Amino acid sequence: MSADLYGADIKALARAAHGAGTLAAPDALVRLDNAYCGDRIDLALTLNGAGIVALAHQTRGCLLCQAAASMIGLRAPGATLGQIDRAISALEAMLAGANAAPDSWDELRFFAAVRDYPARFGCVSLPVQALRQAVQMALEGTR
Amino acid sequence: MIDELAALRAQFPLLADPARALHYLDNAATGQIHRAALDAMVQHECTARGNVLRAGHHLAQQATLAYQRARSQVARFLNAASADQIVFTSGATAALNLVAQSYGSLLKAGDEVLISVAEHHSNLVPWQQLRDRAGVVLRVLPVAADARLDLDQLEACTSPRCRLIALTHASNVTGAVTEVAPVVERARKLGARVLLDGAQRAPHGPVDVRALGVDFYVLSGHKCFGPGGVGVLWARSDLLGAMPPALTGGAMVERVTLLHTDYAPAPRRFEAGTPPVAQAVGLGEALAWMGQQDWPRIERRMTRLTERLIEGLFQVARLHVVGPHDGRLRVPLVSFWLEGLHSHDVCQVLDARGVALRGGHHCAQPLMQALGIEGVSRASLALYNGDDDVDALLAGVREAVRTLAS
Repeated sequence: MSADLYGADIKALARAAHGAGTLAAPDALVRLDNAYCGDRIDLALTLNGAGIVALAHQTRGCLLCQAAASMIGLRAPGATLGQIDRAISALEAMLAGANAAPDSWDELRFFAAVRDYPARFGCVSLPVQALRQAVQMALEGTR
Repeated sequence: MIDELAALRAQFPLLADPARALHYLDNAATGQIHRAALDAMVQHECTARGNVLRAGHHLAQQATLAYQRARSQVARFLNAASADQIVFTSGATAALNLVAQSYGSLLKAGDEVLISVAEHHSNLVPWQQLRDRAGVVLRVLPVAADARLDLDQLEACTSPRCRLIALTHASNVTGAVTEVAPVVERARKLGARVLLDGAQRAPHGPVDVRALGVDFYVLSGHKCFGPGGVGVLWARSDLLGAMPPALTGGAMVERVTLLHTDYAPAPRRFEAGTPPVAQAVGLGEALAWMGQQDWPRIERRMTRLTERLIEGLFQVARLHVVGPHDGRLRVPLVSFWLEGLHSHDVCQVLDARGVALRGGHHCAQPLMQALGIEGVSRASLALYNGDDDVDALLAGVREAVRTLAS
């Protein structure tokens, strides 16, 4: 069972820690906590008219949370807002039982096994929710 | 011993099947229900279901008798002076909130309540609320190097304005059992009251509230092999008599007019609405069963298992055990953390091997902050656990290290 959750792909993605760090002058900075386990992410990004220019995060969490943050750190910079929306929707749909969207980020499929562990949805969702909130915040210029 | 353990497990429906590969070590969160509790609830619901303390018909009277019998069973478990000192609540959290709201309303701005940094959020947040609404000063007892409550700081942490010392009887993270006598001694010098959160201590044998000398005691039904949705507040009669109700409505009154209400005496005053009758009946039977067990013998066995577990964990590299290492100083509960590994990941790997643990902050975030850690994996044993469970846990931890660190 847990071997599915902790496959080599997930572990490698978590350890790569793509996007780990901070931004000097972000358009948005979001801190989110997982009340269930105390995990935390600080996610910062800059936007231009086309999409995300730069993104950085500091993540304290389990392997699944770290892997999800790393996926975002890898894929979100340079992505259009439409691509971000599709990736988030694909992840949420996958956790709800759907297959990973074929036209979305390749790394989403690493998280397919999480579908069978509802208690861990929040681990994967925390970085995604931070990304969603940061994009919204940057668009509204509320930082 | 194996036969004895098998006979014991056979009394718990979820553990009765020896073919089921389950090593249940999350008893601090919820214990397994004893068959006597389950049977009593089914029997009650099938033969005596009615509302209590109201109607005069046969079923209502049977229900009332069953409810009062449960109250007496709880009183015996706690060695309370009277069953009227037993208030049924929806759980330990509700009982703690009841004291904070009701007894707390008798406190004045500037009065002090002492808690500890090791409290479950249930014995912290209600007092923060009281502080915020009434100006009560909330003071905090630290933990010592071994994560036990630092009772050497009792004097420094209390003043003549101290009105209540509200502490865990046994920590849900460290397992450390609080030495109660010095706490009571200090409280008496100050004219303060003592509340013990017994949610983690009560599942390990009857409690003698009179010998402890405390004023309030709280326990949780589902941790004591009873059903969920029921808990207990015990308090001295003079305190209950002076405390206003925290929740109002039916069944807790003597006389109501449009202008005024006379409240019923305790415990009814604190049980507004229809109480959890079947749950109380189940809890009463669970505690009665507990009262028949040979606890000195069980305690020796659990101490040995706990120390064996701690010794085994010490053999794992980069693993840290939280709390005192002497098994006699704690209930059979051991929390640990592994450098570089997250407690939820560790617990997930163990779950795949049929070993049920809980990871995270355990609703004790201030303690985690004090210990400088994010979370722990917690193995909490009950009287039906044995060496096979400890073996499975230790093997699982080693596998978790292999799986997650590779």
